[in-house]
Amino acid sequence: MTGAQPAIRLTGLTKSFGSVKAVDGVDLDIGEGEFFSMLGPSGSGKTTVLRLIAGFEQPSSGTISLFGQDVTDRAPFDRDVNTVFQDYALFPHMSVLDNVAYGLRVRGVAKRARHQQARAALDTVRLGGFADRKPSQLSGGQRQRVALARATVVSPKVLLLDEPLGALDLKLREQMQVELKELQRTLGITFIFVTHDQQEALTLSDRIAVFNEGRIEQLGTPAEIYERPASPFVAAFVGTSNIFDDNISQALLGRSGVHSVRPEKISVTTENLPLVADRVAAGVLAEVIYIGSSTQLIVDLDAGSRVVVLEQNDAHRVATKNRGARVTVGWNDSDIVTLAASSLVSRP
Amino acid sequence: MTVDASAPPTRGAVVPPQRGTMARRGSVFLSRHPRLRLSLLLGAPLFWLGLVYIAALAALLITALWTVDSFTGQISQTWTLDNIAAVLTGSLYQTVTLRTVGVALLVTIIDIVIALPIAFYMAKVASPRAQRILVIAILMPLWASYLVKAYAWRSVLSQGGIFEWLVSPFGGHSPGYGLPATIITLSYLWLPYVILPIYAGLERVPDSLLEASGDLGGRTWSTLRLVVLPMIWPAIIAGSIFSFSLSLGDYITVNIVGGANQMLGNLVYTNVGAANNLPLAAAIAFIPILIIFAYLAAVRRTGALNNL
Repeated sequence: MTGAQPAIRLTGLTKSFGSVKAVDGVDLDIGEGEFFSMLGPSGSGKTTVLRLIAGFEQPSSGTISLFGQDVTDRAPFDRDVNTVFQDYALFPHMSVLDNVAYGLRVRGVAKRARHQQARAALDTVRLGGFADRKPSQLSGGQRQRVALARATVVSPKVLLLDEPLGALDLKLREQMQVELKELQRTLGITFIFVTHDQQEALTLSDRIAVFNEGRIEQLGTPAEIYERPASPFVAAFVGTSNIFDDNISQALLGRSGVHSVRPEKISVTTENLPLVADRVAAGVLAEVIYIGSSTQLIVDLDAGSRVVVLEQNDAHRVATKNRGARVTVGWNDSDIVTLAASSLVSRP
Repeated sequence: MTVDASAPPTRGAVVPPQRGTMARRGSVFLSRHPRLRLSLLLGAPLFWLGLVYIAALAALLITALWTVDSFTGQISQTWTLDNIAAVLTGSLYQTVTLRTVGVALLVTIIDIVIALPIAFYMAKVASPRAQRILVIAILMPLWASYLVKAYAWRSVLSQGGIFEWLVSPFGGHSPGYGLPATIITLSYLWLPYVILPIYAGLERVPDSLLEASGDLGGRTWSTLRLVVLPMIWPAIIAGSIFSFSLSLGDYITVNIVGGANQMLGNLVYTNVGAANNLPLAAAIAFIPILIIFAYLAAVRRTGALNNL
């Protein structure tokens, strides 16, 4: 994060639709040049926050500042932010070139100049040869890139992306992730990226805000979010976690409270073989699931809990374990995360 | 899947075997002959279109080429271009044609201007509930008789009528009966036919496009001009075809509120009735038909009919 002023500052941002609070008191600073993700399940309020920043919705209370300027009451066309829509929202009656040039056209840029800039923007997203096509003649990934070019050609200070990769298939999505990251580095502007895909958020972001029920559940770098989830919700939503409730924690860890440990932090071996770990527990192998680069083992512990273990299928892998075999699992204390139990209880 | 060979076949008990009934044989035959199927399907509508529409038009054209025996008043089936020539050269017909086209154009423009904001409010602003109520409110006048509505306007526009009562405090007065009253009444009568297609067209414009325009810096006017209008242009054209063609052929409203003014429909009506000159009436009836064809051809060139 850079010094003086954050690119976006949200203070006490609240948005109610009828009796439903979609956004409930969000305070957030997003830095200049940051790739910031808002991650959460559908209905968690992340898209509403994005629409509030863009100006499509008016907050019920709270303020939005853009580089220190209060823009809460400004119309969308008076804010230096641009949006890449989930459905791309390309104008169907215009050519690709006119779509990209639209923002310049309404700003009164002359035809020749705006077409030149639009062509340059299309070149940066490698669609130079498609200028005269209609959006309906493009594939999903190409429309996505047109939407990107259209939003960035007017040089916004902040680019808002509303699940832009949601409609693409896996291969294309991975390719677009790389392109997005490169584009953000080239432009050097703030990207605010809304997604429900935790893998996408972890891969792309400098920082992530995990949303749940209109609030920010946790704010941090991808590593912090993944390695040190603050609540059972984050632990369960981002990646897979083994969550031990109070009773199990006391039995396995000898301390009270709710704890979690990631599947890949647990090692497993056949019973009676030595295992280097701070703590060990015995159990029965309930399921073995082969997933390519790794194998997922589900172990029913004698203590009464079920844990998921992820084992890399590398050269050192021990022989295949059989279902029903007695095994020992172990982990180090440093990999145990203590979770704040509060958010398990739903708020009034 | 494992199959138990000793189990009795139960299939016939659940699904009765298909019998070779006539209907079934017919279905089989039709499914093997797609061309026959298509012609049977299209036969009825094509017959209807041919008989009722094309044949009637042809009869009209033929009648226009006949003449009336001025002594007996009987139609004599001798071929002549006199009627056509009379209609083309007669100054009365030229004046009335221009007047009719002018009225129809004005009615169309007034209706579009009124319909656009109403349709926009219905499609993009109103709540779903208000939307339903408004659609019913717009359709409601169509459930009332045409004559009742025309006479209602006659009363509204009369001396000392509601219109005068409404505008007299501001120094206005009723236009009385004449072309303005005709235009007002026709605009009222055809308004639902213009609102509904424009409303349907606006419904098809996704909200995200309006948001995208605003997001890119487009103010309300730019958004309307560059995004909304081009997208609903076919719908506007569709609505204008209704109001234009309906106005072009109208002769009752102008009779009720138009004072002494005549439109093309009136000329046809008088020639069919009082003047008893069916061939001339047929020749006059070709004027609105040709105008509508010209209008459709012009509209077609704009490409507006491609997306209807």
